[in-house]
Amino acid sequence: MSTLDQLEESADADLLQPPPLDARARRRRSLILVAGLLLVGTIVLIALVSLVWLPYDPSDTSGGRLESPGLSHWLGTDRLGRDLFTQIMVGARIALVVGLGAVVVGAAIGVPVGLAAAFAGGWLDDAMSAGMDILIAFPLLLLAMLFVAVTGASLVTVTVAIGLSVSAIVARLTRVVSKRVLAQQYITAARTSGTGSLGIVWQHVLPNIWPTISVNLGLLFGVAVLAEASLSYLGLGAPPPNSSWGRLLQEAQSTVMTAPLGAVAPGVVLVILVIGVNLLVDGLRDVSDPTLVRAR
Amino acid sequence: MTPVLGLDDVSFAYRGSPAVQPAVQGVSFTIEPGQNTGLVGESGSGKTTVLRLLLGLLRPSTGRVLFDGIPLDLNDRSQVRTFRLSVQTVFQDPYSSLDPRQRVGRIVGEPVRSLKIARGHSADSLVAEALESVGLPAAAASHYPHEFSGGQRQRIAIARAIVSRPRVLLADEPVSALDVITRSQVIALLAELGASRDLTVLMVSHDLGVVGALCRRTIVLQGGRIVEQGTTSGVLGTPSEPYTRQLLAAVPRLPPL
Amino acid sequence: MSLLEVASLSVTSPDGVARVRGVSLTVAPGERLGLIGESGSGKSVTAFAIIGLLPAGLTATGSILLDGTEVVGAPEKQLVPLRGRVCAFIFQEPLTALDPLMKLGRQLAEPIARHQGLRGADLKRAVLEALDEVRLPEPKRIAESRSYEISGGQRQRVAIAMALACRPRLLIADEPTTALDVTVQSEVLTLLDRLVADRGMALIFVSHDLAVVSRMTDHALVMRAGEAVERGSIAELLASPRHPYTAAFAASARRIEAGLAASIAQGRDK
Repeated sequence: MSTLDQLEESADADLLQPPPLDARARRRRSLILVAGLLLVGTIVLIALVSLVWLPYDPSDTSGGRLESPGLSHWLGTDRLGRDLFTQIMVGARIALVVGLGAVVVGAAIGVPVGLAAAFAGGWLDDAMSAGMDILIAFPLLLLAMLFVAVTGASLVTVTVAIGLSVSAIVARLTRVVSKRVLAQQYITAARTSGTGSLGIVWQHVLPNIWPTISVNLGLLFGVAVLAEASLSYLGLGAPPPNSSWGRLLQEAQSTVMTAPLGAVAPGVVLVILVIGVNLLVDGLRDVSDPTLVRAR
Repeated sequence: MTPVLGLDDVSFAYRGSPAVQPAVQGVSFTIEPGQNTGLVGESGSGKTTVLRLLLGLLRPSTGRVLFDGIPLDLNDRSQVRTFRLSVQTVFQDPYSSLDPRQRVGRIVGEPVRSLKIARGHSADSLVAEALESVGLPAAAASHYPHEFSGGQRQRIAIARAIVSRPRVLLADEPVSALDVITRSQVIALLAELGASRDLTVLMVSHDLGVVGALCRRTIVLQGGRIVEQGTTSGVLGTPSEPYTRQLLAAVPRLPPL
Repeated sequence: MSLLEVASLSVTSPDGVARVRGVSLTVAPGERLGLIGESGSGKSVTAFAIIGLLPAGLTATGSILLDGTEVVGAPEKQLVPLRGRVCAFIFQEPLTALDPLMKLGRQLAEPIARHQGLRGADLKRAVLEALDEVRLPEPKRIAESRSYEISGGQRQRVAIAMALACRPRLLIADEPTTALDVTVQSEVLTLLDRLVADRGMALIFVSHDLAVVSRMTDHALVMRAGEAVERGSIAELLASPRHPYTAAFAASARRIEAGLAASIAQGRDK
């Protein structure tokens, strides 16, 4: 076992059995959960509202160019005269869909692969780990770009591309954490109780790896959202007239000195969403952990 | 009467370092019903390997594991099911042998579910009965393992092991991790369960005191081989092998009364 | 003056739980004291507190006078000269006490060089002598090995050699044989007993095993849930315990041993 494996495994050991939290820490944890809910909730609310109401039509360029924020255009307009607030609202939809979609794709591929590698052991495990390592070695964006170059850019392909790219990270993590769980005596006890491998995965492995995996999936959500923004910024995301926050950033580049809001607004909501998701996932993990309930 | 479980000239070597000798070599013994047996050995004696072979977790390199006199075939599903119904285990570490994310009731009920012994209410009453047999209230079923002490967790593990009404209980150092007061309580519990439920206990231990307190027969392992076996009083009272004598001499003793 | 005077020692963990509560004890030069208790009793925490090695987060209050120096609240600078020369420590798991990357001879040479001021060939000889004193066969091979290349019993002997290198006046042994096989345990205890006696050291022996403690010391302090429950000679603790916990503890130990004794007696009778 390489040192890196051992380090990963010991780190995950800590994650799997977090020390009991005292009252102060518990309060802090619920604050984190609430903060996360608020931040994420805001963005989700914006996205939901955008489905039924928008101040302007997204392609409406009737507003004056680069107008300052005012009563008719709350955040002003972009250089084509489109209402910025509308763009932000539509962009929220895209960010959530891509972020969630990429995470779902990444988990749907990565978790089973990681579990398979953990169960297989031996040369099969080594082969799969090598494959994961090779994929991880590629910069995330590069992989996504390659995929998109082949399939053409659309919201779906961008989502799938990012999902595929993060799946290797998910697989590697799942494998390490699952191996840790599989080494526990309650797994041996399950086997001698007559539980089959599938039962062991469903009843014991998944619930025990979930805390670590979920936190990391939350982190990857943030990575995915930023990746999409980066791809759009580079002009490789879904083609216009999509209002991805990344594209908004790209378009606002040239006018950032005269009309800074065009860049600041999408930047701020990006930050709100990514931080909010991280806080939310952290808070949820602790809430669902039975060992953090005060022992009787 | 056919012994329930036994090893017939079993050897086993782990994959890996080629120069290492087999973990277990030419081991043969049987577990006689009603005769609690102690498997004594130090680290490297092969006792853990023997236990895993007896549990069907490892396949012998040579020799056979005998269940009810018939070689154990891990591919024969119905035999394996009967085997798991009849042979259960208690592990050493009460902290890692219970799934921390499951409630006690679910943990104890796992053999009932996996071996399809019962469902619904009858399963619940089996669990409650098992918990009460080990001295825990049936209400413990709705709590999580971390809410209990080490000794109580070991009792939960024992409850899980007896819920399928097995004939043999294999215990791997079941009391080593417990404090001395709890230790003697759990030994007493194992003795009582053995008597009242027609259960034979095979206990792997490095502690001669614990073996002497519970087991009628003793098998001494060293370096993967059986050095001596027989009645506990015979093996410990009049040991014929120098290693057994060495073990006995090394046991720390309280000052006499 | 006592070598060690602990007065009303309390150790609290960050979440406010008292791991040790108001423990007092004294150890005179050459005296031996056992510290008996189960996991969670605070016996190891007390031992760490005495040598000033409490893990981060644990705070001590009260007083620990080690050879006249106050340990509680003392800065590292004041504690370093005490360690090794006044008080040495043997840990339960030698794998954590020994550096896995360094050859054992080099690890042992460091305290010897510091204390005896030796160098070069003299130092090498002193290292081999120290290894020989703890009855290690092939001291040259051991000196060239790393901690994970030798057995548990051998590791513990090296740890003992390191602890004794600076000729301390007080040795604290925290469950030094718990992780060892019973035959190895017996040998290591015999060795420790002899070395402590030969050098006239004071000894604090921490263990949960009453029989082991009785082999090393005549007096013991029983601890439970952070408190000192009873102190007395082992004989008294066994025959006429004053506290119910001591009574239960002793009775359980006796009961288990009685089972063994009965088997042996039965066998001999036949």
